[in-house]
Amino acid sequence: MKRYLPLFTTIAFIALLALGIWSGEVPVVWNKAITVCLSCIGIG
Amino acid sequence: MERLRRRSQYIFALLANAYWLFPWRSPIYQGPLKKLCFPGLNCHSCPAATTSCPLGALQNLLATLRPSLQMGQLHIGAYVLGSLGLIGSVAGRMPCGWICPFGLLQKWLFLLPVPKLSFWRPLGRGPYLFLIVFVVLLPLLVVDPLGYGSVWFCKYVCPAGTLEAGIPLLCLDQGLRRAAGWLFAYKFILLILLLIWCTLTSRPFCRAICPLGAIYGLFNRVSWLQLRFHPDRCVQCEACLTVCPTDVSFYNGLDDLNSAACIRCLRCLSVCPSNAVSLEFGPVREDIGKEDVEQFYPKANC
Ligand code: SF4
Ligand code: SF4
Ligand code: SF4
Repeated sequence: MKRYLPLFTTIAFIALLALGIWSGEVPVVWNKAITVCLSCIGIG
Repeated sequence: MERLRRRSQYIFALLANAYWLFPWRSPIYQGPLKKLCFPGLNCHSCPAATTSCPLGALQNLLATLRPSLQMGQLHIGAYVLGSLGLIGSVAGRMPCGWICPFGLLQKWLFLLPVPKLSFWRPLGRGPYLFLIVFVVLLPLLVVDPLGYGSVWFCKYVCPAGTLEAGIPLLCLDQGLRRAAGWLFAYKFILLILLLIWCTLTSRPFCRAICPLGAIYGLFNRVSWLQLRFHPDRCVQCEACLTVCPTDVSFYNGLDDLNSAACIRCLRCLSVCPSNAVSLEFGPVREDIGKEDVEQFYPKANC
């Protein structure tokens, strides 16, 4: 069983990635990344 | 191999920070590449950053989980965790050794000719603590009346944010300079202390703090890419331990070669004079564990 762990893990995380894309997380990630984050800088 | 790794680190550091138009156009890059999570630690508020930071993105999704659920959206961080998990399931913690710009910075600082301090091993649990508390629990649980949380790791810990975003943006923008107060001063002092620690100890941030390394480390034992130690070939010269940036002591059975601490830099593989370390890609084989090493070297741990 341990032999197939990489396969299971890869499939599980591809499914998770697909879920994230399907549920619309990509625009949320993008919106956050294109705005200067005051917390990252240490201001807000 | 080491030259290849060096090139890979430089290339990825440049690719992750390839937007050099910031002094003339918008203060940070706002193009479509920012939809992608960079596989290493690189602040997306850095003026030159081309991709998003997985830790920042994950915290942000968790901090806004309640409002998003109220709006009927299931934003649980699946995109970020899926991206990281996919990379981890293929290569384990290899991005730490080959891609991450903050890892490269730590490598450079450790080359400075100052006295060296060894790493206190119990601190090795730190990354899990920062991951669970600062990246997951605090953004999820400490929320304002509208249900919005904060990005605690970015705000109170992350030295990459201070170095790559805070300092350059404050230099460029007078308004931000005026707004900087005690929080910036605290983060700046934290950064300086960490940089000093990096000159004394090999990769202290990776080993004691970084939640991204903690996530990748979970995959080292289950990834397609596996390092294999052949104790029957080992001549106990300790060359592998001498070059290892995270002090993985596998030759004497103290650590597992595929433990979460290994950043897959492959330096042990290059330096071993008797080819006792090899790299494999494929289904996980039953590992040669501590007992087997002790069988070859019963007194190794004495
Ligand atoms: S553990 Fe180190 S190398 Fe890995 S992502 Fe974090 S800072 Fe980068
Ligand atoms: S470098 Fe090779 S031979 Fe030397 S101790 Fe390490 S594994 Fe054994
Ligand atoms: S055990 Fe080998 S591959 Fe892992 S971090 Fe140490 S030197 Fe690099």
